[in-house]
Amino acid sequence: MLALFYIFIGVAIGVSVWQITRIMDFRGSIADDNDNAAQGKYAIGFLAFLYAMMIYCLIFMNVIMLPESASIEGEHDDNLFDITFWLIGVVQFIMQFLIFYFTFKYRGSKDRKAKFYADSHKLEFIWTVTPAVVLVVLIGYGLWQWNNVMDLSDSEDPVIIEVYSQQFNWKARYAGADNTLGTGNVNFIKGMNTMGVDMSDKNAADDKQVTELYLPKGRKVHFRFRSQDVLHSAYMPHFRAQMNCVPGMVTQFGFTPKYTTQEMRDLPEVIEKSIGINKIRRAKGEELYIFDYLLLCNKICGASHYNMQMKITVVEEDEFDEWLSQQPTLSEVIK
Amino acid sequence: MSEHHHKETFVTKYIFSQDHKMISKQFLVTGMFMGIIAVLMSMLFRLQLAWPDTSFSIVEAFLGSHQTDGIMDPDIYLALVTIHGTIMVFFVLTAGLSGTFSNLLIPLQIGARDMASGFLNMISYWLFFLSSTVMLISLFVEAGPASAGWTVYPPLSALPQAIPGSGMGMTLWLVSMAIFIASSLIGALNYIVTVLNLRTKGMKMTRLPLTIWAFFVTAIIGVVSFPVLLSASLLLIFDRSFGTSFYLSDIFISGEVLHYQGGSPVLFEHLFWFLGHPEVYIVLLPALGITSEIISTNSRKPIFGYRAMIGSILAIAFLSTIVWGHHMFISGMNPFLGSVFTFTTLLIAIPSAVKAFNYVTTLWKGNLQLNPAMLFSIGLVSTFVTGGLTGLVLGDSALDIAIHDTYFVVAHFHLVMGVSAIFGMYAGIYHWFPKMYGKMMNKTLGYWHFWITIICAYGVFWPMHFIGLAGLPRRYYTNTNFPMFNDLADINVVITLFALVGGIGQIFFIANFFISMYRGEKATQNPWKSNTLEWTTPVEHVHGNWPGRLPEVHRWAYDYSKRVDANDDDSDYLHGKDFVLQTTPLLEGEEPT
Repeated sequence: MLALFYIFIGVAIGVSVWQITRIMDFRGSIADDNDNAAQGKYAIGFLAFLYAMMIYCLIFMNVIMLPESASIEGEHDDNLFDITFWLIGVVQFIMQFLIFYFTFKYRGSKDRKAKFYADSHKLEFIWTVTPAVVLVVLIGYGLWQWNNVMDLSDSEDPVIIEVYSQQFNWKARYAGADNTLGTGNVNFIKGMNTMGVDMSDKNAADDKQVTELYLPKGRKVHFRFRSQDVLHSAYMPHFRAQMNCVPGMVTQFGFTPKYTTQEMRDLPEVIEKSIGINKIRRAKGEELYIFDYLLLCNKICGASHYNMQMKITVVEEDEFDEWLSQQPTLSEVIK
Repeated sequence: MSEHHHKETFVTKYIFSQDHKMISKQFLVTGMFMGIIAVLMSMLFRLQLAWPDTSFSIVEAFLGSHQTDGIMDPDIYLALVTIHGTIMVFFVLTAGLSGTFSNLLIPLQIGARDMASGFLNMISYWLFFLSSTVMLISLFVEAGPASAGWTVYPPLSALPQAIPGSGMGMTLWLVSMAIFIASSLIGALNYIVTVLNLRTKGMKMTRLPLTIWAFFVTAIIGVVSFPVLLSASLLLIFDRSFGTSFYLSDIFISGEVLHYQGGSPVLFEHLFWFLGHPEVYIVLLPALGITSEIISTNSRKPIFGYRAMIGSILAIAFLSTIVWGHHMFISGMNPFLGSVFTFTTLLIAIPSAVKAFNYVTTLWKGNLQLNPAMLFSIGLVSTFVTGGLTGLVLGDSALDIAIHDTYFVVAHFHLVMGVSAIFGMYAGIYHWFPKMYGKMMNKTLGYWHFWITIICAYGVFWPMHFIGLAGLPRRYYTNTNFPMFNDLADINVVITLFALVGGIGQIFFIANFFISMYRGEKATQNPWKSNTLEWTTPVEHVHGNWPGRLPEVHRWAYDYSKRVDANDDDSDYLHGKDFVLQTTPLLEGEEPT
């Protein structure tokens, strides 16, 4: 592979130098009719290349995309995304066609006279108003959905979880029996108290600290994010969720898991993607991949930014309750 | 100025020159040099992304102590992407593009003998040179250059404990940027004053070529927004060196609690993006201005909707200052602000769409002279549309939360501002090379250069959208630690191959540029049969631009193919040829356009 690569680079440079010395011997600086004809044809060729690439990617890269939203709130995200994508897709295909087809069609020649056409208020009115109308729809739907996702005030009995970031790992804290998190501050970090929880706060004693997230299916989860050192970003792509973790500040986000991890593994698109991945892993002799939800760091945070992750497992609610009851409380851990 | 002609030495002519044409060339060559460095960096980190475990002797050669056995270290990877972004955005596409063409074209196209202040103009260049030098020196600092991303968000950029590049490297980055901003402000003030005061007789604002409108508005955006970045940088310097807490609070790192209390990184994000977003238009508007001029000239047609074009430039400029928050939907700021910024952001699509449609309509029924400059302008329209459309996805806060900071974003902004602006710059160089150097560039090499570049640009950035939609975060040194991204490896290889070919393909341009400078065909006075004033000056540069009196302007810049009978496309050209210089008086009974 590597030898091939260097040969490739060598050939590329060699061809470049050879071509350049050859070409510089031709004089000629201003396009004549022959150039216009040739370049016009290349424009059509390029249009074909562009269309082929766009269509290829749109069809064959579907399998690598994220599967459908695993949160209930994210459904509208997917929907809005589909609408937007169809819209820009159509505009893209039309506009690229016009640009390169016109380049070919109106390529210059001695016999052609350009049309003197400086203005048309009607046309300009049309392409000011049309995007404006389309945007009203997109903005309207987008803002409604944004409100939907960001408003955490109306859910009843949510699971409250603090996600805590530091270079380069994630931790989490469940609010415990009182469903209220004890306050935290970096000044309390000491020994086992790695998240800096204020143990004098009466809400803190029953909190539970974990290194892997378990979420109940069908129940709203409220996340509070903290960071102890630099900016991190808690990115949960499968749930269409992301929020920065900011030192000195608590940020929030919420969603309702829709599928358990197991249900997700059984989705056809996840199976298909896993097959593709495992073909690659098998060839390399690596252990096989099984789908898991992940929380990734998505804000540059230092040298090991690329390896800052936490596993998320979504289970049925009773299973979740059982798991949570097995976790020790902070008052048991921090003596 | 031209009345008492100084004797020029080598130093006053080529180094401390106050002539705008020479300063423009200095900006161009410095910008190109910085560009080559930034492209080399991108090729290095593309190697890493395609073949993360492979040893490359080229990596060994370039990165020295920052690599082990030909594999780069994670923190130098971050440094490379940081410096690549910084150099490209500021040094190449701001100073290299605006600095070159504002300087060259503002006096020439408005009919002025030079900039309002030649001295300040010289200072502007030399501050730019100094800041470039400081930035390059920072590459050789032992702990590595700044590596907190080109956005340098604190606390990462403020704490050397967090990443080695936040030590001396970051200090030099901040110093370099402060000098750069000074350079940029002095330049911008000069451009504004020159356009407002030194237009020649008859050159009303509504007769200015769109290039000048673009440069003028760009300069205004710069004056409004760059000082905010300067203050952001100064506060960051205070936090780093004098123990203040503007951006820092409650930090525990390397086993100790730091003393900072009460600051917020979100403040920095606001200040940074108050420049950062208008910066996109500082980069893009000059490229669009250049494109307007070149497409019109080479289509042999007036630019369609001249007044709408000015209107959309002004609308974009205004909107650009109230949309910065769309970079911060998930920063933790109040969600209500997110709604406001979504609204203002998507509004920008309207003037942008008007511009794109107007370009296409200008091509329609033209007589297209497909010179390399014209091809690059057409390419710009293409990438501007492609990149601009995905902005509708990212500008919508509800969608942004799912793909913020993924490769989808990288693909979007590279197409809409990176590739588009570079295409504008190339178009400008091919078009005005005869004005700068009195020689023509070789067209065949220009064609090779264009087709290689546009194919590779799409080859790199189109597939990149999809690995973003697969959820791959940007700024990851490698994604091999995530089995869920294993199936993206092949696409990364393809992207890297396109990037390498595209990068190496720029040899066609560099060679053409320097060989043509010495051996190129001698230019004629008006090689592209253009209407604007710069083509009425002699090919050999003279101080003061016009040997005699300043030209007088009688019409707008776009009277191409004007007919005897406006309603009959087959009628004869009104002035006997398909272009009418702006200095040509109106014929009796001729309607001004």
